[in-house]
Amino acid sequence: MTLPPILAALRKHKAGVLLIALQVALTLAIVCNAIFIIGQRVQRIHRPTGLQEDNLFMVTQSWVGAPTGDDQAATDKLDSMLRTDVAALRNLPDVESAVAINTMPLTNSTWSGGIGMKPDQEHSTAQAAYYFGDEQMLPTLGLRLIAGRNFTSAEIQHRAFRGTNEPVLVIITKALADKLFPDGNAVGKVIYVDGGKKPSTVVGVVERMQVPSVQSWANYFTWYSVLIPARLDAGFARYAIRAKPGRLQAAMREAPKALFAVDPMRVLDEGATYEDSSVHSFADIRANAYRADRGMAVLMGVICLILLCVTGAGIVGLTSFWVGQRHKQIGVRRALGARKIDILRYFQLENLMIAGVGAAVGVALAVGLNLLLMHFYEMDRMPVLYVLLGLVVVLALGQAAVFAPARRAANVPPVVATRSV
Amino acid sequence: MFRYYLDLALRSLRRSPGLTALMILTIGFGVAASMTAWSVFRAVSGDPIPWKSSRLYVPQIDMWGPSAQVGNNDPDKGPPDALDYEDAVALMRDHRATLQSAMYMVGPAVVPSQPGKHPINVSGHAVFSEFFPLVDAPFAYGNGWSANDDTQRANVVVISGKLNDKVFGGGNSVGKTLDMEGRDYRVVGVLGDWHPQPTYYDVVNAGGFNIDPEDVFLPFNTAISIGMPNQGNTNCNVVPQAGFVGLQHSSCIWIAYLAQLDDAAAAQAYKTYLEGVARQRYPSWAPNVRLRGLMEWLDYEHVVPPDTKVSLLVALGLLLVCLVNTAGLLLAKFLRRSGEIGVRRALGAPRTAIYAQFLTEAGMIGAAGGVLGLLLTGIGVASVGLVMPRDIAALARVDVSLLLTTLLVAVVASVLAALYPTFRASRVQPAWQLKSN
Repeated sequence: MTLPPILAALRKHKAGVLLIALQVALTLAIVCNAIFIIGQRVQRIHRPTGLQEDNLFMVTQSWVGAPTGDDQAATDKLDSMLRTDVAALRNLPDVESAVAINTMPLTNSTWSGGIGMKPDQEHSTAQAAYYFGDEQMLPTLGLRLIAGRNFTSAEIQHRAFRGTNEPVLVIITKALADKLFPDGNAVGKVIYVDGGKKPSTVVGVVERMQVPSVQSWANYFTWYSVLIPARLDAGFARYAIRAKPGRLQAAMREAPKALFAVDPMRVLDEGATYEDSSVHSFADIRANAYRADRGMAVLMGVICLILLCVTGAGIVGLTSFWVGQRHKQIGVRRALGARKIDILRYFQLENLMIAGVGAAVGVALAVGLNLLLMHFYEMDRMPVLYVLLGLVVVLALGQAAVFAPARRAANVPPVVATRSV
Repeated sequence: MFRYYLDLALRSLRRSPGLTALMILTIGFGVAASMTAWSVFRAVSGDPIPWKSSRLYVPQIDMWGPSAQVGNNDPDKGPPDALDYEDAVALMRDHRATLQSAMYMVGPAVVPSQPGKHPINVSGHAVFSEFFPLVDAPFAYGNGWSANDDTQRANVVVISGKLNDKVFGGGNSVGKTLDMEGRDYRVVGVLGDWHPQPTYYDVVNAGGFNIDPEDVFLPFNTAISIGMPNQGNTNCNVVPQAGFVGLQHSSCIWIAYLAQLDDAAAAQAYKTYLEGVARQRYPSWAPNVRLRGLMEWLDYEHVVPPDTKVSLLVALGLLLVCLVNTAGLLLAKFLRRSGEIGVRRALGAPRTAIYAQFLTEAGMIGAAGGVLGLLLTGIGVASVGLVMPRDIAALARVDVSLLLTTLLVAVVASVLAALYPTFRASRVQPAWQLKSN
């Protein structure tokens, strides 16, 4: 099959050809950007926090009428209330371990600060999120220690929530260790939190721990976390609790009861919706954190699907029309000796050419759309892979759509040539 | 004549049901996708107080100086987006705007008076008395408090209708006592139906959109004097002294501010005044202040989530593809009827008649697509809650204007798509068509 006859035929349908090519171009541009968005969101949704997320849940509560001052007496009173709660939780039959912690990954409640390598360093070396808890923090969250050691119970301090943050010891994540100490071996070295004067010695390194915020402002320090051996005393507290294997639901039911038994004057809701409840399994925390991302991925997927259906149907429609129009010519070709496969090939090749031209324009449009999204909406640069993927998808779509009308064309009997001439 | 064209269109559409259905489906899906995205976008980008937003301003003062600008990606190099305590108090003391209020977010626990009920957390703001006229908050019962209550640090509170129902069982609760964090507050007002979206008076802390309205408003000075901590963000350039009192003496930012300035001259005068305040309080660097109008402020704070805009853009792209698709199908459909057009033209129909006939047909497809689009938009908006964040999804709703827009967009889009095919149809040469038959 040679191209000139196809080109000659296409010239007779300039407008129709242009419209299909334009449609293929737009489809390609939108589909590969949409697939790129889906890919990015799926990757985000599935990235591990570094915690062992099974059997883990969190309780958020606040005491009513608790001391509000920042003086020592108030702090001591709050600390004893906190320890009573934690002891009650650790005593539950279905609870493996529990810890009072200021926040958890994916909860968006972030306390972060600058980490320096020198005292009073003006511009910090890295931004990091702080997690405050006792020696049970590592086992409860299921963090993997890859160097150094855990805190011991003797090293745990307690202080007012708004007190100054000058820990003696810290555990940091591997990502942060690599950033602060590129030569390796962070254990035993010192860092300065919040640009302060007092050194904090790194006693351990955990493999991975995500910061609480999944919002874009925290993207530049997602894996930079600092664990501090202290209980924070405030009018509210969060408890991370690891249930015994398979006992998550039971432990989630028991925990609020145990806390109310200790002290009924507290805010601890057990409403039906996520917002109205104070007790969340980590699976729920994860689902809630990435709800918007999952929604965006679903939305883009639906739009892609509609788009591909519309474009495919459009190609079927127009090609069918052309086949109808060329009924007689096809008959003539068949009468002159063309095989069915030749007719089939003709329409397939024709479609490939139109879709190819459209796709070439579409690649430029796709890159343009990506640049537009990058400029206005904080999108990342799209790897070439996605453009190629989009290219394959639209070309395959064109071929799939053209197959039925082309086969109908191939089935035109040669006898048509002899009729009504 | 129009009825005749309608009849012709109906016959033509019936002749090729497959193609007709395809076009109607295309228009329907294209319109529904873009209208669903539009309903969400419309909900989050609207003006929360249209009658007054042009007179509301948010002042900013740079209390951190040029050294804090290192690493600031904002090309504007603007000041931080909230105030520290001392600046906010200074602005309130000078009282240069028509109405103004400094405010900070609080989250106290309310203890229900009924025995056996667990305490509940509520969210709200500590504000000045002018806050209520400033935001035109409607009262179901009672009123805001007086300026005198501000100075006296009175234990008074304004509550939402929802909290009134929950704690007092509804009705006029003015004069009743509300227990917050173990302290008694006298209810002076119960708000009516008031739930501005976004929470424009404090977008930095209250976030853009909330499912529930705020429940309590109490005097700023009262909250400060009893040490009711701030529930919103605290952003520090220098680590503050310990405690809530330490925070009040620091340059940490945690206070929002809203001012009403009635005309451009007043806004200009206020900006000059802000520069004076900055010069006096921070003599070591050139005054860096901003006074943004409310809508400009919401834009600056990126209140509309980028995802919403991207969704709208992509959905409009889908609509465009649907248009191109319909144009191609109409072209094929119209040109197939060249013979019929030739006969009509030969019998004396002018080109305008051909235009009228085919645009009527396109309009009919558009109307049918629009009806399908209405259905699908309804489904789309209803299922937005399954995929979008709940606070935003709750805002998207179907109303008369959305329905009318859907129909209008569908018809206009189909007529637009039909313009070129109709032009081609009107150019059909009657002589050639008649000869070839």
